[in-house]
Amino acid sequence: MNLSPEASQALEAFEQARGWEQRARLLMQWGDRLEPLGDSDKTETNRVHGCESLVWLVAVQDDGQWRFKAGSDARMLRGLLALLLVRVQGLASDQLAALDLSAWFTQLGLERQLSPSRSNGLHAVLLRMAELATQG
Amino acid sequence: MFQPSPWRTDFPAIAALQRQHQTYLDSAATTQKPQALLDALSHYYGHGAANVHRAQHLPGALATQAFEGTRDKVAAWLNAADARQIVFTHGATSALNLLAYGLEHRFEAGDEIAVSGLEHHANLLPWQQLAHRRNLRLVVLPVTDQGHVDLEQALQLIGPRTRLLAISQLSNVLGTWQPLTPLLAHARAQGALSVVDGAQGVVHGRHDVQQLACDFYVFSSHKLYGPDGVGVLYGRQDALALLRHWQYGGEMVQMADYQSASFRPAPLGFEAGTPPIAGVIGLGATLDYLASLDVHAVAAHEASLHQCLVRGLADREGVRLLGSPEAALASFVIDGVHNADIAHLLTEQGIAVRAGHHCAMPLLRHLGLDGAIRVSLGLYSDSDDLQRFFEALDKGLELLR
Repeated sequence: MNLSPEASQALEAFEQARGWEQRARLLMQWGDRLEPLGDSDKTETNRVHGCESLVWLVAVQDDGQWRFKAGSDARMLRGLLALLLVRVQGLASDQLAALDLSAWFTQLGLERQLSPSRSNGLHAVLLRMAELATQG
Repeated sequence: MFQPSPWRTDFPAIAALQRQHQTYLDSAATTQKPQALLDALSHYYGHGAANVHRAQHLPGALATQAFEGTRDKVAAWLNAADARQIVFTHGATSALNLLAYGLEHRFEAGDEIAVSGLEHHANLLPWQQLAHRRNLRLVVLPVTDQGHVDLEQALQLIGPRTRLLAISQLSNVLGTWQPLTPLLAHARAQGALSVVDGAQGVVHGRHDVQQLACDFYVFSSHKLYGPDGVGVLYGRQDALALLRHWQYGGEMVQMADYQSASFRPAPLGFEAGTPPIAGVIGLGATLDYLASLDVHAVAAHEASLHQCLVRGLADREGVRLLGSPEAALASFVIDGVHNADIAHLLTEQGIAVRAGHHCAMPLLRHLGLDGAIRVSLGLYSDSDDLQRFFEALDKGLELLR
């Protein structure tokens, strides 16, 4: 498993987190680090449907490598998106397709956030990402 | 002051949820089930399942007897004059779809259907789509800030072109009782049929369909402490006679040939295929259980807990209630805080409430919101549940702010 320095840092922080409160605080901190999306990124094409919050995923392939940006109006979800992006930034399509993202969130102790229930945005974002990986 | 629910231990799942550190406050979505229902299901499956209305054998006769027994109990629960006015469906949604298809032949292009602005998708989309199919006008009755259909405007909007009025009894988002008596009387005077969505209303208090004088009344078993997969459609006798058959198959038929067939009247004519037998029998057991409770004690308990919920929310800074909830539930948003974030932190603390649009997207949009948190109560809820919810809410807000 080749983790980027940011991903390793996230893993370490979440592994050490004790209890829901600390995890929630960490999630908010990571969410605050997410680069804000410009209005030009918040388009209907970039909108991820199937979430009850507004979520956008901007994906560009640069020299075979995926570059993602993401944003949401919900704070906790921004944290989850930040943790997702540190794991997938710069991957090639085949690497992205082979990556087990559920395992990543499970390692972080956030597996409950993957529930396919309607209210959760992360599940829909992962589906969109899998779609991109197979198209690319 | 601690307000216990004397019926809490009748619902084994509440203790099981508590052992998993879960506080269940989502009863408007679905309810926990009484032991009496679990026993009835176990008895039916444990003593011999059989299909209904078909077989001459003993297990078939017993299953049919229990199944038809529930029809009598539902009729009694709603004070319908005759058990033949009760049709079993697969849920409130399928009952409403049955009506929208079964009544389709009664509409001509340009006719109007009136619905309220606060309908659940289940009592909006079947009519909206019928309007598209038949080129009808869907008239939306405006809702006041308190959360009631604006009576003055509604009485203007329901006119001679209105062929049908479809309206909720108790709003699943706002917890408000709708002014059915004047609305239904006016609709009737205009020659319109009336459909009441009782999915939330039937759970709180007893309702008399003859007194309501609606043409159709619909509810789902699972919100009334019964099994899921079962819905009920009550119809006035003349109104039921207007329905065309919509789903075809076993046991709804009188005579069938390769090229033609004739069909039974209600109720069996609208129960094509094997019905949810165990579920219907289970609903019967639930109704027996509910009928054994002291109606006044239940009403007093629910009213007092609801008051405690509404007051507790109103007391908190930045909390904005949706409408003025009168029963069963309260929905709210918090200034400057996304409802998904609150929902996330409540979930982390084992509080089971509902967040989102509550299957009423047009209403939420009308209120200028894209979601809200809904807390809803059942007869097993107690004041400790609410206290845990409020503590978790305060804790969550403290973290977010």
